[in-house]
Amino acid sequence: MGNIDYLKLIYSLHEDMMAKKFTLVYDGEITHQITKAFTSLAESKMDSYSEDSSIKRKVFHVMVECLQNLSKHAEEYEFRESKGKYGNGIFIVGKIGKEEKEYQVITGNAVDRERVPELKALLEKINQLDKEGLKELFKKQMREGSLSEKGGAGLGLIDIARKTGEKLEYHFSEMDKNNYFFILRTKISRSID
Amino acid sequence: MDVIKIKGTDDTPNVILDAENNIIEFSGRSLPEDVVTFYAPAIQWIEEYAKNPNPKTNVIFRLEYFNTASSKALLDILLKFEDILNEGNEVVVQWYYQEDDEDMLEAGEEYSEIVDIPFEMHSY
Repeated sequence: MGNIDYLKLIYSLHEDMMAKKFTLVYDGEITHQITKAFTSLAESKMDSYSEDSSIKRKVFHVMVECLQNLSKHAEEYEFRESKGKYGNGIFIVGKIGKEEKEYQVITGNAVDRERVPELKALLEKINQLDKEGLKELFKKQMREGSLSEKGGAGLGLIDIARKTGEKLEYHFSEMDKNNYFFILRTKISRSID
Repeated sequence: MDVIKIKGTDDTPNVILDAENNIIEFSGRSLPEDVVTFYAPAIQWIEEYAKNPNPKTNVIFRLEYFNTASSKALLDILLKFEDILNEGNEVVVQWYYQEDDEDMLEAGEEYSEIVDIPFEMHSY
């Protein structure tokens, strides 16, 4: 491929992002500094068009929990060459549709094949529960779960479902014989109820 | 007893643990990089305080935001104060939430359902 063709690819990447209304796309190591930078970026962006404060809080909350899911599961999911202290993954924030009535936060990360059934079971369980059921599951997990060495309390996914009031959309794509790529999409409605 | 005063940052709360002036307060934002390490000194302090607590202890939470990892640490703190109450001392949690922040009010209500400490809710 010629040099010009290669550079043109960047333009089409840009166009793709615009068309899909992705405002932030990142693929790499998720450190605490990255989490702080992305959340404050989103906050000031939403401030710039005076987004409603309760919606701002929801977006902030979902972003933090999604980023922490990516960063905390490094040990279990380490497979890349650049093994580090933090987890790797793809992280996307954007709006949905022509009218931009919803925000979306998407994460993708490698998961050890052995962990998939457990994770699937948790996601299915969360999606079957109503508001009250999620509250009880959260309380149960908070009482019974302990903070793992990395500070994960197993509460993130439950909390995301509670805060958004939406079902979790997810997919597992097979990467190789040991790993699946776990994609999680969360939507946050912009209408105030 | 030693006084603990930790100044808050954009990801860690302001913490005041002062037995002599009877002030126990957590305020601000809590999403520390390492939750366990951040809250360890507070937990230790409360364990020490439990040996000789004030007749009435007010525990003030005035948090704007906390992540789920912090929510577990906050429960551990509340359980320590529940022990103090169970020893026959008076303990009350003063839970503050921003007027329009229903999630923060709900979080306080949930804690009050889990631990046996009376909660007083205050909007600001």
